[in-house]
Amino acid sequence: MATTDIHIHSDVHHHDDHDHEHEHHEGNFWTNYVFSQDHKVIAKQFLITGIFWALLGGTLSVIFRLQLGFPDMNLDWLKPVLGEWITPEGKLDPEFYLALVTMHGTIMVFFVLTAGLSGTFANFLIPLQIGARDMASGFLNMLSYWFFFLSSVIMFTSLFLSTGPASGGWTIYPPLSALPQAIKGSGLGMTLWLVAMALFIVSSLLGGINYITTIINLRTKGMSFTKMPLTIWALFFTAIIGVLSFPVLFAAALLLIFDRSFGTSFYLSDIYIGGEALAHDGGSPILFQHLFWFLGHPEVYIVLLPALGLSSEIIATNSRKPIFGYKAMIGSMLFIAILSFIVWAHHMFVTGMNPFLGSIFMLLTLIIAVPSAVKIFNYVTTLWKGNIRFTSGMLFSIGMVSFFLTGGITGIFLGNSAIDIQLHDTYFVVAHFHLVMGSASFFGMLAGIYHWFPKMFGRMMNETLGSIHFWLTFVGVYMVFFPMHYIGIAGFPRRYYSWTNFDTFSGFTDLNMLVSTAAILTLAAQFIFLFNFFYSMFRGRLAPANPWQSNTLEWTTPRNPGHGNWVGEIPSVYRWPYDYSKPGSKEDYIPQHIPFSETPESNLPSENDLIKLETSNGEGKIIVEGGKH
Amino acid sequence: MATEIRIVEEAKRPLSMQPKKFALWLFIVTVIMIFAALTSAYIVRQADGNWVIFELPNLFLVTTAIILASSGTMHWAYLSVKKDNLESAKIATALTTLLGISFLVGQYMAWGELIKNSIHLVGNPSGSFVYVISGLHGLHIVGGLVFLVIVFVSVYQLKIHSKNLLRIEMCATYWHFLDGLWLYLFVFLLLNR
Repeated sequence: MATTDIHIHSDVHHHDDHDHEHEHHEGNFWTNYVFSQDHKVIAKQFLITGIFWALLGGTLSVIFRLQLGFPDMNLDWLKPVLGEWITPEGKLDPEFYLALVTMHGTIMVFFVLTAGLSGTFANFLIPLQIGARDMASGFLNMLSYWFFFLSSVIMFTSLFLSTGPASGGWTIYPPLSALPQAIKGSGLGMTLWLVAMALFIVSSLLGGINYITTIINLRTKGMSFTKMPLTIWALFFTAIIGVLSFPVLFAAALLLIFDRSFGTSFYLSDIYIGGEALAHDGGSPILFQHLFWFLGHPEVYIVLLPALGLSSEIIATNSRKPIFGYKAMIGSMLFIAILSFIVWAHHMFVTGMNPFLGSIFMLLTLIIAVPSAVKIFNYVTTLWKGNIRFTSGMLFSIGMVSFFLTGGITGIFLGNSAIDIQLHDTYFVVAHFHLVMGSASFFGMLAGIYHWFPKMFGRMMNETLGSIHFWLTFVGVYMVFFPMHYIGIAGFPRRYYSWTNFDTFSGFTDLNMLVSTAAILTLAAQFIFLFNFFYSMFRGRLAPANPWQSNTLEWTTPRNPGHGNWVGEIPSVYRWPYDYSKPGSKEDYIPQHIPFSETPESNLPSENDLIKLETSNGEGKIIVEGGKH
Repeated sequence: MATEIRIVEEAKRPLSMQPKKFALWLFIVTVIMIFAALTSAYIVRQADGNWVIFELPNLFLVTTAIILASSGTMHWAYLSVKKDNLESAKIATALTTLLGISFLVGQYMAWGELIKNSIHLVGNPSGSFVYVISGLHGLHIVGGLVFLVIVFVSVYQLKIHSKNLLRIEMCATYWHFLDGLWLYLFVFLLLNR
């Protein structure tokens, strides 16, 4: 009996090899921290900018909540900050109120939950979890951040204009947004909004193209699609949705720019201002809504899918159980991604669209409940009988599932074209999307920060402060948004400055006060997080190599990975990422890079067959077994 | 004495493609989406009525011929580089660039023809759409021309040859795409007046 080993170095191109040589080069402050091409640094840049925006967006919401909850309050004490926007009577300027609402929406949807969430975690996790040295193009990646930064600067500047920032709502429907005469914010503020968003779209597209390219082309050996962690799947779908939908927003914005600045009439027709007819003729404002919501609805999933992916990973890790229904999770995300492109008109049921068309969009919308329910079922069954570890990341992930469920259920009401006539543009809608997309995604983001903080900064965050932060925020969010459903059913329209002129609405003053108080407390609770975040960055307990005993590849890197992530060779992948509590195994987790040949005690019969396919050093070689008799 | 040989090979390295080329294809997808949005907007708006019908400029036929020819010269450049025939590659890239520029000039003159028919940018959306669509396509052509100049310089510096085809392959892909895109837009505008 003789066994021959023939080593054949496969001639498949090794794209990681040439990066190998210069992975540890030293740079100066500018190339290391500012114009860095390292995906991890870029991720942190996105994160810090995102946190800044989140704080600002939250503060804006508290200011307009003061007006809504306490309409008689004297706001003179805000004068040092808001200046002229506080009227001599000590009230919030009604036009500035609209600007606040608009900027809160824009900031939260785009700058926090798109750039801050996808930008941070796609950049950070994609190369680390698929086993790549960096993104496909570090330069484009850097460019993506700086376009975002430029866009942020312009949007931030627009807050300080004397005419105020854009104030036509974050959906910037024309004609309100198209005519500077319509409202102060439709002047320079709107122009800057459009410029900032155009830059933002460029940033998103550069990022998205990079993410897809990296996931498809730079996976390490053995990392087949069916072995990818669900985070990567989620970020992959997110990037695809972004690449397909953001260009449409660009087209919509382009036509709006032409209407605003060059006098065309794509969206404008038959408008009289002060009795004078405008020259615009032949446009259709509904056209804008179609184009906007063709992006707008997929955008909801651009915001949500990363949160779903992050929490899948965190819940499986901290339940010490394989994720329930791995393929069902991927399938439902794919289904959600496809459906997201064919439901946009459910935002437009009351635009006078054909009721038959409405019922088609209603049907497609309600179908989204199916993959969403599959996902929630899988989360719950993953938790079921798990050895749950209530880390801060885990708490926020479970909170995310809760919001996704409560917010999702009201979506079924709103998706009905008949019920929507009553509920459209009321606080019911506000409550719905703040829970299902706002809070759920925000919790996914926080869960991700708590979970991957050790990998980002090499230190642990404080778990006690994390728990306090979770409970205050979790209870706070429900106290803010649960009463809003009732306010909405009662018919309160959104975006109104004041309801004191309507007797009908006088009965809900106390509920509005409760909502506003809860909003202030929830915002205050975020400072616990901020303290924890920055304190732990410098003073936190040093992180062990694999603090959560997780299976994915990022935990095989050094504590503070350099540019290039792994010292020496990139590990190969032999198994899926969810081998937690496998019967027979010594520990309750088996990382992805451990070959089956090293774990004979826990292998399934089918996995024992795979051992023959493994080689000791991971090089592509052919094993030839020859038996002589 | 029998020898049993069983060859077991590990299927390891996942399917992959040149990342830069892949990224270019994704970029092309985004451009397709922009024009899909604009042409869909065109159809939706047209269905609303109040739509001025007019003749497209005849010059569009000429510019279409020019850009088709430029695709030919682009392919010629690619083939020359592949055969390491750098002299004809230089001529072909230069010719493609010139044809691209004359396409742009032709489009500009076609706008003049529209204005003579008193179809202005400002006016009924049917006319505005033609300006916006052809103008945005023109901007992408400008991008393609920059790419062509880079390729021309690289050929001159002997950085592109049969062993280093990446740059010219990507340039050719993008240029052929812009050609196809214009054909689509032109036919679309012809059919949906």
